[in-house]
Amino acid sequence: MSSRDAILQRLRHRTGGELTAPECDFSVLNRPEWSTAEKLDMFERTIESVHGEVHRTTESGWIDRLAEILQTRGAGTLLIAKEHEIGKALQSATKSREDLPQLLIYDEPVESWQEALFSEVDAGITSTRGGIAETGSLILWPSVDEPRLMSLVPPIHIAVLKASELYTTFHHAMQSQNWAAGMPTNALLISGPSKTADIEQTLAYGVHGPKELIVLVIE
Amino acid sequence: MSETAQQSPHHIDVKEFHPRARAAIHNPQIRQNFRKAMDGLMTKRKSAFEGWDLETLRDLGANIRLRALANLPDLLEQLEQKLTENGITVHWAADGDEACEIVRDICVARNASSVIKGKSMVSEEMELNHYLEEQGIEALESDLGEYIVQLAEETPSHIIMPAIHKNTEEISQLLHDKTGTDLSHDVEYLTANARLQLREKFMNADVGVSGVNFAVAETGTLCLVENEGNGRMTTTVPLCHIAVTGIEKVVPNLEDVTALLALLTRSATGQHITTYFNMISGPRKADELDGPEEVHLVLVDNGRSTIYQDDELLDTLRCIRCGACMNHCPVYTRVGGHAYGTTYPGPIGKILMPHMVGLDEGRHLPTASSLCGACGEVCPVKIPIPDLLVRLRQESVDGDKLHPAKVRGHGAKRSSMEAMIWKGWSWMHARPGMYRMGTSLGARFRKLQPGKFGGWTRYRTAPKLAARTLHERMKERSQ
Repeated sequence: MSSRDAILQRLRHRTGGELTAPECDFSVLNRPEWSTAEKLDMFERTIESVHGEVHRTTESGWIDRLAEILQTRGAGTLLIAKEHEIGKALQSATKSREDLPQLLIYDEPVESWQEALFSEVDAGITSTRGGIAETGSLILWPSVDEPRLMSLVPPIHIAVLKASELYTTFHHAMQSQNWAAGMPTNALLISGPSKTADIEQTLAYGVHGPKELIVLVIE
Repeated sequence: MSETAQQSPHHIDVKEFHPRARAAIHNPQIRQNFRKAMDGLMTKRKSAFEGWDLETLRDLGANIRLRALANLPDLLEQLEQKLTENGITVHWAADGDEACEIVRDICVARNASSVIKGKSMVSEEMELNHYLEEQGIEALESDLGEYIVQLAEETPSHIIMPAIHKNTEEISQLLHDKTGTDLSHDVEYLTANARLQLREKFMNADVGVSGVNFAVAETGTLCLVENEGNGRMTTTVPLCHIAVTGIEKVVPNLEDVTALLALLTRSATGQHITTYFNMISGPRKADELDGPEEVHLVLVDNGRSTIYQDDELLDTLRCIRCGACMNHCPVYTRVGGHAYGTTYPGPIGKILMPHMVGLDEGRHLPTASSLCGACGEVCPVKIPIPDLLVRLRQESVDGDKLHPAKVRGHGAKRSSMEAMIWKGWSWMHARPGMYRMGTSLGARFRKLQPGKFGGWTRYRTAPKLAARTLHERMKERSQ
């Protein structure tokens, strides 16, 4: 008998008899309905408490703010998506202004440019599928256009979040977006920059992923 | 470096708990490192649950796990079916050895010579690194704590913070000796160097091996909880990802994960959430530009289906591996994680390891507890750890051959002398005349009572029999 069958058989023919499943009441996770402003305040407070940075901006002002942020950090290259509106907006903006860093488009399989991705990209910018106020989290569903490594390998990760897409809790976000109907190959909650406390409980940022997480909130 | 920490698990005799515990107690560095860390973790956990109805949340956590266990075989089949539909290959392993062989076979089929690892306690249980090295495959840990422990040729002393037994000076010296970094106590510098060295390894590794925190049956999703990003690197950069997990980690619905995650990170490190919550539901699709082209899940039994048979022991399988029980354990805090000599230390290890190594090997584990109850009080899924410790103590001295042995090594600690004394004790207590005669003889010859009772009187004064028995005094009073 295969290990699979042996394991399943042992589990099915339990000597202790059949088990009964208890009811699960999720109402303890419910929170009062917060306004967008309240959710944004909460989100900002929570993500800043773990070293994330929040910039409130607008549909028309975010590129200016982004250029400013990247300049103060001396970023020379910015990784963008090819098709997403964020990537497109930056591609057209760079034609008329010189304060943006060199734009790199993630449109080739990683194998063809892995070395460069790991060593030459200073920052990456991605969209989000919303945020979670209670835990200060960003929801990312990497895609063909915005691959998984965009938010992981560059030392600075910039995420664009629409304030109107803030949810109070993870539970609420998942239910509202009906995740159970189908998940992408990879989905993420990101709540701050990469960090470790493995050396004597001392916090250090950017251990494997980005050292900085910057959220541009579009109000 | 502590004496107790130098061995790899392959040489550790679990039975030798007492000498290791004694050595650890007399090592001020170990005591200090653990005390400091555990105090911090207890405070953080407390503040992370402020404003929560913690009891109701723990009830929910317990019910979610119990519901999953009640339907375990169906859920495993559903998980397998969903994962297969999603393009993830599912393997089943009866024990650690079989799981190691499955990983090796996947590596061999891909012609892989190097493996990069994310944190996985099941892989520690399998002793996977050791096995792969023997097969000529390099296995490198990428979680900073695990990396440190691997460089030191040790084992993790805590399930969440593997290198918690070391302080900055010790780690600095180790990294200097092994990787050539400066002898600096600047944690940022040490971390930055590890980042550089490991990034190189991520790019060149053929296979990434990770654990799983929750496996969701309804969507076929593997969830990983982490702060560093090494888990994401491990599961994204190499072309092949192998996840290993115990069969108990499955839950029915995605919704279940929200409550368990809220409990897990707050209980473990006092975080509202970890930096990354990584949900993997499939390999790279044809048009996607990164991610592994092959994803495997190895479901490991290794004694779990045996624990599953018994209504009481079953509760052990609720565990979500947060480590809160060890953070709050007065014994663990004093002796540290290595004294146990087991993959899982602390209270959860004391109720889990006897099933894996047998009560003969693990005879001292259930008794390495004061039964203070702290572990049971903080457990996010309400595992009655103290009750299970008592149950395993009973199992280890039970001499009833007719009683089906639930735990391997059942009765291993039974001493015929002790059994005879208790038999005599119960015989006497069931007979009032004998009892009166016995106590009055005891009172009369109380001068002959020994002043020492072995280990028990090492730090205590022996109680003395009274000059008159309670019965005699009550008789006087009623006259």
